[in-house]
Amino acid sequence: MAPLLAVEDLHVTFDSPTGVVEAVRGVSFTVGAGECVAVVGESGSGKSVTARTLVGLAGAGARVRAARLDLADRDVRSYRPRDWRRVRGRLAGLVTQDALVALDPLRTVGAEVGEVLAAHDIVGRRERAGRVVHLLDEVHVPEPGRRARQYPHQLSGGLRQRALIASAIAGEPALLIADEPTTALDVTVQAQILRLLAERRATGAGLLLISHDLAVVAQVADRVLVMRDGRIVEQGPTGRLLRAPQHPYTRQLLAAVPSASSRGRRLGEPAQVRDGCAVPVLRRTPLPARPVVRPDDAVLDAVGLTRRYGPHTVVRDVSFRVARGETLGLVGESGSGKSTIARLVAGLLAADAGTVTFESARWSGVPERTRRPLRRRLQLICQDPLGSFDPRYTVGRVVAENLDPGPDRTDRVLALLHRVGLGPDLLHRHPRSLSGGQRQRVAIARAIAPRPSLIICDEPVSALDVSIQAQVLDLLGELRAADGTALLFISHDLGVVHHLADRVLVLHDGVVVEQGPVGDVFSYPRHDHTRSLLDALPTLVTAG
Amino acid sequence: MTVTLGTTPTAVVAATLVTDPPAPARRRRGRPRPGLLAAGTYLILLVVAAVVPALLAPGDPLAADPRAALTAPGAAHWLGTDQLGRDVWTRVVHGAGHSLTIGLAATAIAVTGGVLLGLLAGLAHRFADEALSRSFDALSAFPLLLLALLLITVAGPGTASLIVAIGIATLPHHARVVRAQTLLVRRAGYVEQAVSFGLSRPRLVLRHVLPNVIGPVPVLAVIGLGEAILAAAGLSFLGLGPQPPSPEWGAMLSEGRNYLQVAWWMTVLPGAAVTATVVALTVVGRHWQARFDGRQH
Amino acid sequence: MSLLRAVARRVATGLVVWWAAATAAYLALLAAPGDTVDSIVGDGADTPQIRAQIIAEWGLDRPAVGQYLDYLWRLAGGDLGRSYLRQRPVAEVIGEQLAPTATLAVTAAGLGVLLAVTVAVGTAGRRRRWPRRVSSGVELLLVSTPSFLIGIVLLSVLSFRYGLFPVAGDQGPAALVLPAVTLALPIAGLLAQVLRDGLDRAWDEPFVLTARARGVRERTVLLRHALRHALLPAVTLAGWLFGILLGGAVIVEQVFGRPGLGQVTLNAVTSKDMPVVLAVVTLSAAGYVVVNTAADLTYLLVDPRLRRS
Repeated sequence: MAPLLAVEDLHVTFDSPTGVVEAVRGVSFTVGAGECVAVVGESGSGKSVTARTLVGLAGAGARVRAARLDLADRDVRSYRPRDWRRVRGRLAGLVTQDALVALDPLRTVGAEVGEVLAAHDIVGRRERAGRVVHLLDEVHVPEPGRRARQYPHQLSGGLRQRALIASAIAGEPALLIADEPTTALDVTVQAQILRLLAERRATGAGLLLISHDLAVVAQVADRVLVMRDGRIVEQGPTGRLLRAPQHPYTRQLLAAVPSASSRGRRLGEPAQVRDGCAVPVLRRTPLPARPVVRPDDAVLDAVGLTRRYGPHTVVRDVSFRVARGETLGLVGESGSGKSTIARLVAGLLAADAGTVTFESARWSGVPERTRRPLRRRLQLICQDPLGSFDPRYTVGRVVAENLDPGPDRTDRVLALLHRVGLGPDLLHRHPRSLSGGQRQRVAIARAIAPRPSLIICDEPVSALDVSIQAQVLDLLGELRAADGTALLFISHDLGVVHHLADRVLVLHDGVVVEQGPVGDVFSYPRHDHTRSLLDALPTLVTAG
Repeated sequence: MTVTLGTTPTAVVAATLVTDPPAPARRRRGRPRPGLLAAGTYLILLVVAAVVPALLAPGDPLAADPRAALTAPGAAHWLGTDQLGRDVWTRVVHGAGHSLTIGLAATAIAVTGGVLLGLLAGLAHRFADEALSRSFDALSAFPLLLLALLLITVAGPGTASLIVAIGIATLPHHARVVRAQTLLVRRAGYVEQAVSFGLSRPRLVLRHVLPNVIGPVPVLAVIGLGEAILAAAGLSFLGLGPQPPSPEWGAMLSEGRNYLQVAWWMTVLPGAAVTATVVALTVVGRHWQARFDGRQH
Repeated sequence: MSLLRAVARRVATGLVVWWAAATAAYLALLAAPGDTVDSIVGDGADTPQIRAQIIAEWGLDRPAVGQYLDYLWRLAGGDLGRSYLRQRPVAEVIGEQLAPTATLAVTAAGLGVLLAVTVAVGTAGRRRRWPRRVSSGVELLLVSTPSFLIGIVLLSVLSFRYGLFPVAGDQGPAALVLPAVTLALPIAGLLAQVLRDGLDRAWDEPFVLTARARGVRERTVLLRHALRHALLPAVTLAGWLFGILLGGAVIVEQVFGRPGLGQVTLNAVTSKDMPVVLAVVTLSAAGYVVVNTAADLTYLLVDPRLRRS
C-alpha cells in the first residue's frame, strides 16, 4: 500500500528583492497511515515551509518543484487553488502554534471550529452546532457547549490549542500537520497537547509534527527527520536517532540541550567526537572552575516581597537570598510572577510589602537617588535584547554607555566585545542588523561592563534557537567563573535552570512552593507542583 | 475615547501607506525611484519659486494687460492670461511664496505647540495627562474648516487669521502623535535598562526619551505641511484668505472659477500647483517615514 | 457589569469633551477684539433696543461666571440664541437648512464608504500588483486635491460641456449627484487606503492562514475574516469623516450653489453673524462627539477583546 504522504525531492524557492531564496532544497520523506513523523530543525531550516507546502500554502511568491508529491494517492503537484481548497481541511488539516492569534479573535470558538464543516459542506447548517460541541468534547475541552460560545481570548492557552486541533480534525483529514503545536505553552499543558495529538494516530490518521525541540517530538514520534538549511541531514526511527546519531549536526543539537547531565560542562562545540567514531557522542568539555560560594556572604537579600496589581496579588511573601558568586534559578510557568520579581529586585517596581537589601544597603523603599551609586553593581539582561538598546545607538555606543568615560573607552568596549566573542568589526554596526545570538552577546557585554556583583537574567535564552542558546549559556558559564558574578537566572525551562543554577526557587501563582539546591529539588521534589512540572518535562534518553 | 487615529487626511495617508508593498524602504538600496525623484525635483523648484520667483518667471505678477485678457496658453503666455491680462505662469510662480509661507507658518504653530503639549502630556502624571488629552479631543471636535471660520469671524479675514486657524486646528493631531510616541518611548525596554546604568531622571529624559520622541517629528511636519497648504487653499477659495490681487493659489482659483467656461487654464493650473505640492510633500514624507520605521527595527 | 461600565465611561468622556468644546467656543467669543455686544450684533442693525436685548439674553451685565453658567444652561436646554442680523432664533435658521446638507452628507458618506470597500477588497492582496499601484496613485491624487477643484472639474466637464447634470441648485436627485460625488471622492480615496492597508495586515495574520488551511475560499476569508479586522481602524476615523463631511459641505455647497448649512455658515461668517457661527461650531462639535462615541461603542461591540474588564 502506498504511504499516505510521499514527498520526493521537494524544492521550494522564494523570489525576494535581494534574489532567490531556496527555503527547501530537495527533501524526501513519507508518512504512513497511523504514523507520527517529526521534522526537527532550527529557525530557517525550512521545516515550516515544508509543512505549509503540503497544504498548498507555501506563501506568496513561492515556487514549488518536486519529483513526487502524493497525498492520499493523489498527485497534488499540478493542483490549482480550487483543487487545493478541497485538500485543505479534508485531506490534510493544519494546526499552527499560538492559538491566540491562530483563531480569529473576533469570532467565537464555535464559529471557527464550524467553519471547516461549512466550507466542505460536511454537515447541514442545523446539525453544525451539535457537531462543533461534539468535536470540542473529542479534544477534551470541558463544558464544550459553553466554550463554543466564547471568544478565543476567554480561553486559556491550552484550551485554545485544543479548539484549534478540533477545527483541524473537523473534516476528518487523513493527514494532520502540526507546526510547533506546543511552543507557546507551559510544560504541563504541552504534555497534554502532545498526548492529544498522539491519540489521533489511533483513528488511522497520519501525523506530521514540526518542532524546534527534539525532546518534545521524541515523546510521540515514530520517526524523526532533522532538517538544516532546507535539507534533511538525517532521518530514522526516534530511538535509534537519539541513541546513535550519525550526522554531526544531530549530535550538536542533542549536545546543546541543557539538562542535569550537562551541569558544569559546555553545551556547544561537542566537536571532540570525530565522524564514525564509536566513542559516546556527548562528550562535553568542562566549563572553567568557579570560586567557592560562601552562603553567608549575601549579595542580595529579599524578604517577604509582595506585589499587587489591582485585586490580583501576583507576588506573595517571596523571600530568598543570593550569595556572592552564586547562581539562583527562578522557575515557574507563565503568570507565576517571575518577571515581577525580577523588576522588584531590580528596583524598577516598588513592592507593596517586603524589603530588598543589596550589597548590605537598603535597596527597596528608598528614593532612586539613594540607589543610584549602587545601580551599576546590579545589571539586567532581558529576553528581548533589541528592545533594550536605544534604536539610535551603534553596538559600540550601547556598550560604552555603561562604562565610565575616559580616553581609552573604545579600547575597553573592544575588550568587552572580545570577551563575549564578538569581533571589533561590529563596533559601528547597529544592533538591529545583528543576529539574535549576537544581540544577546552585546547585551551581556553591556551588563558585565561595570563589573556588577549581580546580574538578573530574565529569560535570556528563551527566544534563541537551541544551538545559539547553548553558546550563550556557555558564555554565561565562563563569565561567572571568571568574574565571580552572582546570577539571578529566571526561566520557564527547567532544563536550562538545572544546567546552570546552584540553587532553585520554584514559583507557582506568585508563591514560592519550594526552594533548595538544584539537585535536591529536581531529584526529590517535595511539592506537588514541582513534581507535575518535572513529570511534564520532556527528557531525552540519549547515550552519554 | 479610544484610539483616535489621525484627524487629518494626509496624516492618515502617511500612517497607512508606508506599509504598502511597493514602499520605498523595501526596495533595494540604489534602485532608482522615479516617483521620489520627481517629487524631490518639484519641491526644489517650488522652493526656488518661493525664494527667487524672478528666476523662473521674470515678469510682474500684478502687471495687467487688458488687450491680452483671457488669452489661451500659447507662445506669448505659455499658461495663458487671466481676465485682466495677467500672465498665469508668472502668477502661479509668484503664488508659491504665499502658499508656502502660509503652510510653513501654520505648520510651525501646529508642530511647536503639538510637540510641547504632547511631551507634557506624555511625561506628566496620569491626571494631567488625562486633562490634556481630553483638551486635545475637544479641540479636534471642531472640524478644521469650521474652527477656521470661527476664528476668522472673531479676528477678521486675512493671512494671519488663516495661519493661526490652520495651526490651531492641526495642533491636536501632532500633540496626540507626540504623546503616544512619548508613552511608547517611556515604556521602552531601553529606557528601563538605562535606569540600571544609574542615570538621573533628567539625564535619562534628555539622552534617551527626547531624541527618540523628537526623531519622527520632521517627518510629521513635512506631511502636515501638505495638509496645511490644502486647507489654506480651501479657505482662500471661500474668500477668507489673502485678498485679491494677491497671487495666492486658492485666491486665484476662486477668481478663475467665474471664467471657467472661457478660460479653464485660470482654474486648472493653480489647482494643479496645489495638488502637485501636496502629492510631492506626501511622497517625500512617506518615503522618509518608511526609512525611519526601518531604522526603528 | 463591565460592558455597561465601559459604555458609561465613554458616554461620560464624550460629554466632558463636548463641554470643553462648547467652553472653547464661548471663550473665542469673549476673546474677540472689541465689545462683546458689537461682536454679537455683527453687521446687523445696531439700535439701543437691540443692544439691551443682547445684554439681557447673554446676561452681559452679570458676573463672568454667571454669564458662562447661563450660556451652558441655555445650550443644554437646546437654546442656540438669536441671530440679530436675521432677527430670528438661530435654531430656526439652522433647522431650515439642515435637511439639504444632511442629505448631501449622508449620500456622500454612503457613496464614499461603498467605493472604498469595493476598491480596497478588489485591490488587496499581494498578487494584484498593477491594479493596486494604479489605485494607490489615484487615491493619493484624490486626497491631495482640494475638493472644490474636483467639483469645478466635474462641473465644467459633465454639466457645462455635456449638460448631463444641472449646473446649480438642489432640484431633484440629479442635482445631488455631482456634489455627492465631489464630497465622496476624497473620502473614498482615504478610506480605501486605510482599508487596503488593514486587509493586507490582516491577511498576514496567523488566523487567516488557519482559515485558508480549512479549505475556505479566498474571497470568503477576505470578507469574513480580514475585512472585519480592516474595518476596525476605519471605524475610528468616523469622527474625522464627520468633520470632513461638514467642512466639505461648506465648500461643495458654495461650488454648486446648493442651499444648506454651508451657505448659512458662510453668510454668517462674511456678515459677522456671531450667534449663528457659534451655534454651527458648537453643534458640529456635538455631532463629532456623538459620532465618535458611537464609533467607540461600535468598536466595543465588534471587538470582544475590549469587553474585558
